[in-house]
Amino acid sequence: MKVSDLIKELGLTVHSGDKGLDKEITGGYVSDLLSDVMGNADTGMIWVTLQTHKNVMAISSLKDLSAVILVKGLVPDADTAAQSNTENIPILGTDDQAFEIAGKLYCLMNCQG
Amino acid sequence: MQFEYEIEGGNFSRAGYASSEVKKRLRQLNVDLQIVKRIVVALYEAEVNVVAHAYQGKMIVEIDEKKILLVLEDSGPGIADIEKAMEEGFSTASAEVREMGFGAGMGLSNIKKNVDHLEITSEVGEGTRVEMITYMNKGR
Repeated sequence: MKVSDLIKELGLTVHSGDKGLDKEITGGYVSDLLSDVMGNADTGMIWVTLQTHKNVMAISSLKDLSAVILVKGLVPDADTAAQSNTENIPILGTDDQAFEIAGKLYCLMNCQG
Repeated sequence: MQFEYEIEGGNFSRAGYASSEVKKRLRQLNVDLQIVKRIVVALYEAEVNVVAHAYQGKMIVEIDEKKILLVLEDSGPGIADIEKAMEEGFSTASAEVREMGFGAGMGLSNIKKNVDHLEITSEVGEGTRVEMITYMNKGR
């Protein structure tokens, strides 16, 4: 599944990183603790978080994540969005809270039929 | 082959820059992807520790055929009790730093899990030196 498919299926906003919308998603990780993501997320995952500062992009890039979803209508800081554009790692947005969007994501990727 | 990068204490908007540069270099040198993935975790954690706790520091990376040596040296407050600092969940990070999602006390254990050798030496009031080694061909 591509990032663009998720956007369509879940009605997500694209905050930045439009050029990365073709990236494949291998799974997801939900956490607001940066070391937790650093230690446990894996290449190609989509990261659901409420953190909006620039280190979100540093981690996404170092871990080769596919995209970030900011929950509860949060928007990325200006320098976070700028780095997302440079790295082509999209930052997406939803009004849902983490539990809701994680549930929808999980089902989209795992519940067949 | 050796590279060196400066790390600025307190500047969170640059945190991860040095790690990212090293990642690019390792990729260019065709270092095994699984090794790069592990090193990046350890490097970022060590870099953030310098940013969060020290005044300034540097990251030195030395690569040969057998191993990658990573050294982070800083001038800063130092670590009074290294054993305690190694405990998962223990952190001396400020409330502000924690709010950003750092300071969960997972950094040093992330480092330990992702390198083959870790040695921390520190002098209170002077600074800290973190030495990490990853072997190219582990288990030989």
